[in-house]
Amino acid sequence: MEFQSCVKIINEWDIVAARQLGRNVAKELGFGTVDQARITTAISELARNIYLYAGRGSVCIEKEYVNGKSGMKIIASDEGPGIQDIRKVMEDGYTTSGGLGAGLPGVRRLMDEFDIDSFPSKGTKVTAIKWIR
Amino acid sequence: MRIPILKLYDYLLVSIQWELDDATALGFQEDLLQKIHETSASGVVIDLTSIDFIDSFIAKVLGDVFSMSKLMGAKVVITGIQPAVAITLIELGVSLEGVMTALDLEKGLEKLQQELGD
Repeated sequence: MEFQSCVKIINEWDIVAARQLGRNVAKELGFGTVDQARITTAISELARNIYLYAGRGSVCIEKEYVNGKSGMKIIASDEGPGIQDIRKVMEDGYTTSGGLGAGLPGVRRLMDEFDIDSFPSKGTKVTAIKWIR
Repeated sequence: MRIPILKLYDYLLVSIQWELDDATALGFQEDLLQKIHETSASGVVIDLTSIDFIDSFIAKVLGDVFSMSKLMGAKVVITGIQPAVAITLIELGVSLEGVMTALDLEKGLEKLQQELGD
């Protein structure tokens, strides 16, 4: 791992900081405008989830180089209450916060790879990768 | 920072020029409804030409602004949604169903005139 940059999510302005970091790195890596928008949106959703459900956590960005492919990895982690039913939060329209319920299933569609680990009362970690085409 | 809302005859014009944080978006929602009330505007154009991404929160605020204004009796048209924003919103699963949109400010004003019949 040669590059990692993190933003602590404590208040709602940190959501803005996280997506600005993501957008800058995406630009630097050479992603096109549509992918930049996808990445920025994905980070915004993940950072907001941390803020809304866990209160605090972090969003980290890594540059990924695997088998000649390069891309960007987003790691959103918190030590919040965890998710009781992961299958349910991956359904479109499911929300416990009065939002649109687009967050996690939306992030999965916006990114190329998506992984979620959550343990009740221990926290949640979401990892998502976008590859440069 | 507050988003400026301009009055033009019976209409209100809003051009969102910078990235919206949650507090600014919610502040804008209240400001716009208040301004509709004060000016008795019949139509509103919200131009998003300068916005390069919209997440589900901002989308919800925009959808709510549309419904709330309608409740008050004013029509809202959202204009200038960039290709990257349209692609991202649909992939995210947000279609802003029922919200009136137009390509740009000019077409947005034309649409309002048609809708309001003046």
